[in-house]
Amino acid sequence: MSIATTHPADPHPGHYQPAGLLRWLTTTNHKDIGTMYLTFALVMFFVGGAMILAVRAELFSPGLQLMQPEFFNQLIGIHALVMIFAALMPAATGFANWMIPLMIGAPDMALPRLNNWGFWLLPPAAILLTLPFVLALFGIGDGALATGWTFYAPLSVQGGMGIDFAILAVHILGISSIMGSINIIVTIFNMRAPGMTMMKLPLFAWGWLITAFLLIATLPVLAGAVTMLLTDRHFGTHFFNAAGGGDPILFQHLFWFFGHPEVYILLLPVWGLIPHVLATFSRKPNYGYTAQVYAFIAIGILSVVVWAHHFFTAGMPIPALIYFMFSTMAISVPLAVLFFCWIATMWKGAMSFETPMLFAVGFIVLFGIAGLTGLILADVAADAQYHHSYFVVAHFHYALFAGGIMGVMTGVYYWLPKWTGHMYSETLGKWHFWLTVVSFNLTFMPQFFLGLAGMPRRIPDYALQFAEFNAISTVGAFVLGLSQLLFAWNVWSCVRGGPKAEGRAWEGAEGLEWELSSPPPHHSWETQPVIK
Amino acid sequence: MTCRILQPRATGHSPVAAFVRRALSTVVAVALAGPAAAEMRFNFPEPVTPLARETLAIHNEFMLIITTLFVVVFAIMIYSMVRHRKSAGHPPARFTGPRGALQWFWALVPFAILLFIDFVLMGIPAVQAIISMEDTKTRADMVLKVTGMQWKWQYEYPDSGIKFISTLSTPREQISNADAKGEHYLLEVDKPVVLPVGKKVRVLLTSTDVIHTWWVPQFGVKRDAIPGFLRETWVQIEKPGIYRGQCAELCGKDHGFMPVVVHAVPEEEYLAWVEQQKLAASAAAGSAERAWSRDELVAEGKKTYDKVCVACHQADGQGLAPAFPPLAASKVVNGPLLDMNGKVIPGSHVDRVMNGKAGTAMQAFRETLSDVELASVITYERNAFGNKMGDMIQPAQIKALR
Repeated sequence: MSIATTHPADPHPGHYQPAGLLRWLTTTNHKDIGTMYLTFALVMFFVGGAMILAVRAELFSPGLQLMQPEFFNQLIGIHALVMIFAALMPAATGFANWMIPLMIGAPDMALPRLNNWGFWLLPPAAILLTLPFVLALFGIGDGALATGWTFYAPLSVQGGMGIDFAILAVHILGISSIMGSINIIVTIFNMRAPGMTMMKLPLFAWGWLITAFLLIATLPVLAGAVTMLLTDRHFGTHFFNAAGGGDPILFQHLFWFFGHPEVYILLLPVWGLIPHVLATFSRKPNYGYTAQVYAFIAIGILSVVVWAHHFFTAGMPIPALIYFMFSTMAISVPLAVLFFCWIATMWKGAMSFETPMLFAVGFIVLFGIAGLTGLILADVAADAQYHHSYFVVAHFHYALFAGGIMGVMTGVYYWLPKWTGHMYSETLGKWHFWLTVVSFNLTFMPQFFLGLAGMPRRIPDYALQFAEFNAISTVGAFVLGLSQLLFAWNVWSCVRGGPKAEGRAWEGAEGLEWELSSPPPHHSWETQPVIK
Repeated sequence: MTCRILQPRATGHSPVAAFVRRALSTVVAVALAGPAAAEMRFNFPEPVTPLARETLAIHNEFMLIITTLFVVVFAIMIYSMVRHRKSAGHPPARFTGPRGALQWFWALVPFAILLFIDFVLMGIPAVQAIISMEDTKTRADMVLKVTGMQWKWQYEYPDSGIKFISTLSTPREQISNADAKGEHYLLEVDKPVVLPVGKKVRVLLTSTDVIHTWWVPQFGVKRDAIPGFLRETWVQIEKPGIYRGQCAELCGKDHGFMPVVVHAVPEEEYLAWVEQQKLAASAAAGSAERAWSRDELVAEGKKTYDKVCVACHQADGQGLAPAFPPLAASKVVNGPLLDMNGKVIPGSHVDRVMNGKAGTAMQAFRETLSDVELASVITYERNAFGNKMGDMIQPAQIKALR
């Protein structure tokens, strides 16, 4: 269904248009808000990255060199929360804001003021997350959340005020995400161009639609869990205290009921955008559009029924172990559909390898490693060895860095000419790609072996047999971190200037967004296009 | 020993410069010598229990499967990337899905293979492994109870009444890089668990504070220790030796410093060890009856303090603000010992040590420490770190308070 009424070309007579900072504070334009989301994500990406480089520096050799274990524990947990909630999710929401209206022929998002509010909740939440570090410098409190991002009770019941800060930050981030999700669902359901049926919807919008439903379904559970934690901490309830009739494992169930779908929340927008890039640079239409849509839906549904595979070692009855193992393995089927369609889209195309295509191919290969190791992690017996070890750390960084962050970079390079009207530097882009791929593997491949050899995760110091791999991993991490500066520089110079990009910036690009000029006018699709 | 970390040594060089120098030299060493020189392990350590052998076999089979999948899938993709390039003059096809029965057949074959792998090749051995993992009770020869506590393990042999705490024995100088690191750095304890070879040991796990995870890689066993609940697993060690592992669940400050060390010995050696432990325990019980002098209690209490209390309250009794309060000049420690009737005063020093403080890391030591240990450590704290209470409490008094 779509809305037939469109605005006439509006020259904005007397339209209130503040300039400078006030423009950004008050804007309701989806492009402005998309830009703010993406900028915020980039900044927080470097904040979270700096934290983990400090951790990797500490882990460079055995012994404690740079920090106390308490501070180490704070860095790893806040690194994860920042990267997940303040870098990856806002980046995906930034894409959605910028691109969904352009792709579906809508003049803006359906709820522009909600959109503005959704963004401006993020900076306070990011401040809440990181403020305890600063307060601790002045002797107030004992620093940030030191439980890892998982908040496991009863450790989180025992911790300091950093935990309360993190709980409130998660609440605010959750509200922001739910508002963004409502906006995206309403926009997609109501504002598609005439003739764009659901089965003509671009895959990126489909990926985001499933993400939005997952967010609305699972974030309230997380909010409930951390609220129960808050009352356990301050108001004498005993939800997670066995001595008071509670159950610490209840927290893990609630947390991972959110936490597992969260993985797909982070990845579905990427899975949505990758086919666009593959089709463009293969100069060939997408293979298996319908199959990919159903795979998205299947993954969305499966993702909310597999949560307990995150804590097999906590102990559960045999039927539960078998159920969670097989339901987790079942996710490999829709995921394989996606891989099949991606490769079939490339098959017999006329491929060229500009930076977005390089990142897309790199994404497929490295995310393949995440998927395959995920398959064996589902096995309960093998998981008993992998779990809580560096094997898991490597696995989820292949999923969330190679799958998530590299997917986001694919999208940035692909759409940057559309957003800015300029082409970025291909040479720098290729350098960025190769440095990222090589150093990423240098960082995380050794961590698989560390985990197999028996190194637990989240330890600030380790036994001597783990020294070599840790040294290699740290070197890789620093190269990886520093090469992201190339990315920031490339994006910045592209915003400032560069060769003019055409409306259809890429030769093989198809879709409504490429019908517009680059950059598109401040208000686009004021007259909706008609899809035949 | 514990792991309060020292500040960087004052060597005259800046610690950052020293770090950078060490970093550079390690990079060069690794780059030159390569993996061959380093003792790098690419797979599980040698399995010594039936579970660990089964897990290793499953792991190896799975690695073979996923490596094959990876190579086949991406060989096809790379072939396409080489052949179907614009610069190679390949014209783009226009197909968007399978057409005709044959194409559908080939499109569905990979999924049939995948389902077979998931639910047959991987599924069947996985279910068998689950059933044997969870079979903790059949023909179990003995029970070992493991209690996790911040940041040490307590082991209990219910059949013979033996009970002791096992803590990290790596000196803190090694952790702070002041001394050279020993061979078993961070994987050594003052008192290892002793288990007989060839016996099926049912391991029960619980915790007194937060969640810990008991993990010995060579046993193929990793199980959470959860406060208020009992979890179980089992080991049947096939080969005498010393096996090392670590806590695997983030449990606070010293999570990285609570190793597990198991001595697996032949049965006769195990029985001799049990007898010796029983003798030591009865000697200790006898000493709880007699009256101790204050100096004796203080000396004994320092040992307990250095083992159990020092991780939080620190060697100088200054604690670690704000989570771990100081004992030096503390109102609680310098408060009254017992009330007029010899009973515990709520919130007093004795109450805190025996019953803990809810909502904090201060746990109840009533069950984990003996009468002598409780009496001596309380006496020590009241007469150390500048505290000058001059009083003492006898093991016999503690016994009466229980």
